[in-house]
Amino acid sequence: MRDDRKVYDLLIIGAGPAGITAGIYAARKKMEILVIAGEIGGQTAWSGDIENYVGYQFITGLELTDKFQEHMRKYGINVLENTYISEIRKENNIVKINAGEFSFSAKTAILATGKRSRPLNVPGEVEFRNKGVAYCATCDAPIFAGKDVAVIGGGNSALEAALQLIKIANKIYIINLGPDLHGDEIIREKVVAAKNVVIMNETKVKEIKGGKLVDSIVVENGSDSARLSVQGVFVEIGLIPNTEFKSDIVKNEQGEIIITRYNETNITGIFAAGDVTDTPEKQIIIAAGEGAKAALSAFKYLARQ
Amino acid sequence: MSKVTVYSTKTCSYCVRLKQYLSDNKISYENIDITSDPAKVKEMVDKSGQMGVPVVDIDGAIVVGFDKPQISKLLGI
Repeated sequence: MRDDRKVYDLLIIGAGPAGITAGIYAARKKMEILVIAGEIGGQTAWSGDIENYVGYQFITGLELTDKFQEHMRKYGINVLENTYISEIRKENNIVKINAGEFSFSAKTAILATGKRSRPLNVPGEVEFRNKGVAYCATCDAPIFAGKDVAVIGGGNSALEAALQLIKIANKIYIINLGPDLHGDEIIREKVVAAKNVVIMNETKVKEIKGGKLVDSIVVENGSDSARLSVQGVFVEIGLIPNTEFKSDIVKNEQGEIIITRYNETNITGIFAAGDVTDTPEKQIIIAAGEGAKAALSAFKYLARQ
Repeated sequence: MSKVTVYSTKTCSYCVRLKQYLSDNKISYENIDITSDPAKVKEMVDKSGQMGVPVVDIDGAIVVGFDKPQISKLLGI
């Protein structure tokens, strides 16, 4: 294990809107910081069109991520990318973090690890990932031009995926576990009206099959089972928090980190912000605001030490 | 000079960042936007055995995703 000997003022885990905003606020307070992240932008980078981030009437997720990065660069913030933490703990009043082959120490930390797509957990899903199984319609829809695809899910993210595919794919099956689609009316109407969409309610995916690439899925409706010929499977059944690292941090039933309104976790000096927390409403602008709040809390905590 | 081909879509964030990385390092490359071009999708799938973008072809060596260490190694940057 490579030990970074430095004791940072603040380690920020994650570089989505929460982590990046925390970084900018902390840098402006002249704190010595390091950002450890899987991917810059987080879910924002995978978002399609964004029309509710104040200051931008319309911006794509990709463009907003670029703006975030540009802003972060202005302050010379160091980001260690493609790095995921495996453990966070407190020892002798110092926060210790293990990430891959590295270990880090800091006086404070902010967990802003966000959320990721919930897996379907059916046979074939892992095997065919990127071989027909996709989790991001914004990114991958163009690859399925003229092909038959299935969208799994019945909420807004499934409907948005379907909406993107309507213009590109040949036929789109929406495989929904519930009795009805339950996304926003405005988008549901568009999806239902599309001629190339087949909605299958109360239907469950049992297996994803194929050779080198996906060629079909097996679905079940009550006692009936069917095999649908599809080349793409878009899994859109919600999100799970990225909190698998080892820690004594208290989480709720959904695995989200429980925080106070000052973004404190149960461990003093360790804060959390954004989608990974139990804060109500998961929005880019809310995550950014929470990131700012967490950085200011960490700064005040340090000042009191 | 290596022959570099990037298979990408406009909406994938890693594609944009990969191309930025190549440009920053003054590597010239051919960009193939596979958006709604089934023939190019097939070419990419045949080369890489998978359907995710970006894919980079560096003198016949195929790298899937923005695998910076691997790409840097192949290009000597």
